Amino acid sequence: MTFFKELRFNFMKDLGGPALMSISRKGRKRRHRAPNPHFGPALKSATRLKEIMTRHYFLSRYTEGAKPVAWVTSGAPVELLRAFDFYTIYPENHGALCGAKKLGPELCAVAEEHGYHRDLCSYARIDLGHYFSGKSPAGRLPKPDLLFASNNICQTVVYWYRALAHYWDIPLILFDTPYNFEEINDSDVSYMVQQFEEMIPVLEQVSGQPFKYRNFQEVVRIARDTSLAWGEVLATMKARPAPMSIFDAFVHLAPIVSLRGLPVALEYYQTLLKELKERVDRGTGALKDERKRLMWDNIAIWYKVRDLADLFAEQGMNFVTATYTNAWTETIRYLDDQRPMESMARVYSLVILNNNLNHRLKLMERLINEFEVDGLVIHSARSCKPYSVGQYDMKRLLMERLGVLSVIIEADITDFRVYSEEQTRTRLEAFFEAIDA
Amino acid sequence: MDYFAGIDVGALSTDAVILTAGSEVAAYSIVETGANSTDAAEEALAGVLAEAEIVRSQIKRIVATGYGRVSVPFADKRVTEISCHALGAYHLFPDTGTVIDIGGQDSKVIQVGEGGKVLNFTMNDKCAAGTGRFLEVMANKLQVALDEMGELSLRAGREVPISSVCTVFAESEVVSLVAQNHPTEEIIRGLHRSIVNRVWNMVKAVGVNGGVAMTGGVAKNRGVVALMEEKLGQSVHLHEEPQVVGALGAALLAWRASQSAG
Repeated sequence: MTFFKELRFNFMKDLGGPALMSISRKGRKRRHRAPNPHFGPALKSATRLKEIMTRHYFLSRYTEGAKPVAWVTSGAPVELLRAFDFYTIYPENHGALCGAKKLGPELCAVAEEHGYHRDLCSYARIDLGHYFSGKSPAGRLPKPDLLFASNNICQTVVYWYRALAHYWDIPLILFDTPYNFEEINDSDVSYMVQQFEEMIPVLEQVSGQPFKYRNFQEVVRIARDTSLAWGEVLATMKARPAPMSIFDAFVHLAPIVSLRGLPVALEYYQTLLKELKERVDRGTGALKDERKRLMWDNIAIWYKVRDLADLFAEQGMNFVTATYTNAWTETIRYLDDQRPMESMARVYSLVILNNNLNHRLKLMERLINEFEVDGLVIHSARSCKPYSVGQYDMKRLLMERLGVLSVIIEADITDFRVYSEEQTRTRLEAFFEAIDA
Repeated sequence: MDYFAGIDVGALSTDAVILTAGSEVAAYSIVETGANSTDAAEEALAGVLAEAEIVRSQIKRIVATGYGRVSVPFADKRVTEISCHALGAYHLFPDTGTVIDIGGQDSKVIQVGEGGKVLNFTMNDKCAAGTGRFLEVMANKLQVALDEMGELSLRAGREVPISSVCTVFAESEVVSLVAQNHPTEEIIRGLHRSIVNRVWNMVKAVGVNGGVAMTGGVAKNRGVVALMEEKLGQSVHLHEEPQVVGALGAALLAWRASQSAG
């Protein structure tokens, strides 16, 4: 870390970056898109969200030599890294961005040319494609000093991050979480806490900073409060009409995933929550006429978020809850700054994808009841095997137990070469017909 | 007298059904879809009008279904084939709880409730395995007529297992089986088994409740039907032209709409 680079980073963070972004905002021609008559007024906080995320990616270009950089998986206990002031990049969040910009197939193809199979997760292929080609809609991503992965979301991340560690020849920290078949016991927790203790010397070495326990506790507090605030944001959708839709939440999810533990994320959700509460008080909905309320299962279909939002809005159907967006408030809210390591072990090993299917079924039942859901749309994502397994059984059991109609659509999170517009449309239209019959 | 029409523009065939105001079937017609869905719909409609000996102006309402439903400009409404097959099968066989529809381009299993309502359904993914197209490709490779395949397979004493579910790979597999002098009938029976196994996964996902109706062009193949019945452990309901069940459902929806409109 040189003094000059640190100075440059701080200058770009406080003055240069905001100035450049404001120039680029003014210079950009506004694309006029005819407003969809079925939607209520747009969320005002969206502008602030865009600012935060753009700044995050923009500033990452100036981190080299100024701040230690880590690439992190979406379910990893990032709180520990924050205590060492790591600048974090989330390849999955970047993958979602590439997906939304319809760059999935292009970047996946680069990875495939290097021998990675098409059946691999497309987030992994996009990230490796980015490694080989340097292409990114965010300009460029900073080279990491450290890789941090947890297998609480899937096993793919283990091999994907090992490949990155090999290419860059940098350290990889892997947080191994025992799968929760029935319950997590004390020996599981101590196994995980020992891993945290072993990580500290590595983090000290890579960051050049000593571990400060108080800083760590503060980060844990902020992360917990942010998770609680995100939970409150999602809970506003219990209102009729719901003040936002899950398609909005897919976008507003970015800070809780990739800026968790930083004050900016907490402040953002407080702002968003205030706006949503005002909307609820005024009776302003995401849709002008919310006839039916739906639940979404699995990761978003990033290249189709807008099209699907339009299609469902035309039907007066609003998504009011999702297992996916819920994942960042389900367990993280139980972080405890008085027992940070132990609570972190429990919180991160009990996330939905590291938990048994019975747990998932109960969770879905609870969300359906609490949010008064009329129907369920299940995305069978080719990329995400741990999330897509068991969906046909869930569908059948939820129909039997709660009489909730559901439809499965086969697609992928970013690689639209495996998406069939015509077949998906037929399934969704049949679902609309059945729910209205 | 008022009449109601349903037109099902499928991947391989386009079917039309005309109902009387009493929801009795007056006539049906089946034509090949070919390259132009709109022309096929026109042709099927002209055919069914001639068959029923009525003129176009006597049709009060038309509902289109099937993959080409958007290409039927003269339709009053468009409804998915899932709802139409469920309703058509329920109308023909009121104890129907499950519909297995194997069409040209896709196959689906539908759980049907009271009044022909769709309770649950599943479809094949983006792959031609387990569809009519699969059989069409194989009939071509084996140089037998598509409608002879059922009879041939029933005559087979044994069956040759086909391991590949992919249409393209199964085609190469058939080429090598032919080269090894396996009897055609036995290969065909193996191909039928492959379709039934593929569709069976979907049957299991939806579950079997009450009577089972088979619809779609592949239900004309007695070989496939026999293997499916064996798997189900019960006989299935079949219309004499199982292809027209979707169009029948569409015509019923046209009739129902006029009833509720008064």
